[in-house]
Amino acid sequence: MATVAPAAGSIFAKVDRDIVRTLWAPGWRYRLVMAGVLATLGFGIFCWIYQIKVGLGVAGYAPAVMWAVYITNFVFWVGIAHSGTLISAILYLFRSGWRTTINRSAEAMTIFAVMTAGLFPIIHLGRPWYFFYLIPYPNERTIWPNFKSPLIWDFFAIGTYFTISLIFWFTGLVPDLATIRDRATGIKKKIYGLLSLGWQGTVTEWRNYRKAYLYMAAIATPLVLSVHSVVSWDFAMAIVPGWHSTIFAPYFVAGAIFSGIAMVMTLVIPMRFAFGLDDYINEYHVENMAKVLLLTCWIVTYAYIFEYFMAWYSGDPIEWASFVWRATGDYKIPFAIMMLCNSVIPQLCWSKRVRRSIWGMFVISLFVNLGMWYERFVIIVGSLAHEFVPSSWAYYKPTWVELGITAGAFAWFIMWFMLFAKTLPAVSIAEIKEAAAEGYWRPGRAPEEKV
Amino acid sequence: MAPAGARRRVTALFDEPHAVVHAIEQLRKQRVGDVTVYSPIPEPDVIEATGGEVSIVRRYALLGGIVGCLSGFALTLWSSYAYPLVTGGKPIGSIPPYVIIAFELTILFTGIACIVALSLHNRMPRLRLRDDFDPRFTGDRFGIVVQCGPAEAPGIERTLREAGAVEVRVG
Repeated sequence: MATVAPAAGSIFAKVDRDIVRTLWAPGWRYRLVMAGVLATLGFGIFCWIYQIKVGLGVAGYAPAVMWAVYITNFVFWVGIAHSGTLISAILYLFRSGWRTTINRSAEAMTIFAVMTAGLFPIIHLGRPWYFFYLIPYPNERTIWPNFKSPLIWDFFAIGTYFTISLIFWFTGLVPDLATIRDRATGIKKKIYGLLSLGWQGTVTEWRNYRKAYLYMAAIATPLVLSVHSVVSWDFAMAIVPGWHSTIFAPYFVAGAIFSGIAMVMTLVIPMRFAFGLDDYINEYHVENMAKVLLLTCWIVTYAYIFEYFMAWYSGDPIEWASFVWRATGDYKIPFAIMMLCNSVIPQLCWSKRVRRSIWGMFVISLFVNLGMWYERFVIIVGSLAHEFVPSSWAYYKPTWVELGITAGAFAWFIMWFMLFAKTLPAVSIAEIKEAAAEGYWRPGRAPEEKV
Repeated sequence: MAPAGARRRVTALFDEPHAVVHAIEQLRKQRVGDVTVYSPIPEPDVIEATGGEVSIVRRYALLGGIVGCLSGFALTLWSSYAYPLVTGGKPIGSIPPYVIIAFELTILFTGIACIVALSLHNRMPRLRLRDDFDPRFTGDRFGIVVQCGPAEAPGIERTLREAGAVEVRVG
């Protein structure tokens, strides 16, 4: 690729200044929000301790609805994670220039979302201290986990996803940590020096780095598709009407990217304003995210329609009854919220004006987050509550303990993201400089103006 | 000031990647051997200009993938036959579900192999940076450091200046 020279390194210096100044020394607004987040997290922890002490009876389980809000949260947060890998790995392989300014935050979001998701299978356990039974190790009875079970597949998929996402994210961070090390003093210099592993930026280092990064992107791409497929098989492998469907894997993957891209917008738009990153995250990036949102919205909407078609076309009265009940029964309001937020509201993205409206897209992203949470709820609870035998039909509603833990999980996620934004570069310094050198990016330019 | 006869270090700083590429090409023409190039970005043109071998990371990645795949099948099959128990009416060693475990471990081991390769061949982590390292190399400057004999130093300095270096030091 032809190289366009940066103007005397001044763009590089500006990028360093802009990103490094976002670190440390939080203002009063940050502290205020963090205080609220910690208070919510504290309440969530209290709820969990209460549940451990009293037992799972404090959750609103109503047989046969024994998977409910906790599993909803698990699937929701795993889904949120997916978009980070889409932006960081898949768009990297496609050489999409617009990912450069948001990929670091999206990757961080992936890690924190997986950390949040990983809590829920443990919270869901009656005896959470035995969670390690899932880990394949030779215990004293030489009993191994059942590798034919989707729950074990899930353990391997989520474990691999978290590890690879962490390695990929940290690899991308190393050159930036060295940049910060060389601009910091005192204890900060020491800490960032250790974290940067002695990176110096020799061409040999970069050569190995580029290859490793490319391979990690290449393996993360099939991984991201496999992980939510495996999560969907937790359901699709069971014969529960509403779950036992072959479209579940692509349906869940598309939904995951849909919800994840919405969460990226929910996080980076306030961050743009809080840190004054107008040169880095602007209408151009928001519009591109809006296009991905609209595309995945239609895949999800197609899946919603097709589920109903297959339920009707299969001629299975139980399946059809389950789907009719989903839209008209006890959970018709969650179903309506799901349809409104996931299929109707995102249609606003057909308008270029809406796509380029930063706050407009922020509001739409909030609706999509809400809608996707309800989608998981409708699939899980709406199917279990109306199985084959009328005597096992049930009505579940979440208790304050479940809602408290759910709120705590959101706080847990936001806390990590806020800590990340103040201690690590939220925008990839080296990649922005590379984009500047190659002519993809210039500070202050109009989004579509050619460099 | 280095003693007479001692090897010299010529350090040149650049603010434009194409100037670095030009300087590397000129040094190659002059058959200057001991050259280290620093860059704040993974600039493909600069990496290409230095030539050198293809990164060895690919071999680690392949090896990691093969080991991961085999260990996934080995773990599932061996543990199934070590404690044979029919579940879900499936054969004891049931390949299709084990493909999922093998697939995940292939990815996991490949990723770990990549980071191991990066760590070994970039000699990371390291506590002490190279003596010729300048903090500006991770910021806004590209760098070329040449180790040479005292007689060659002036010529190399001139070449680097002519290629567009914004600062040249001889030490």
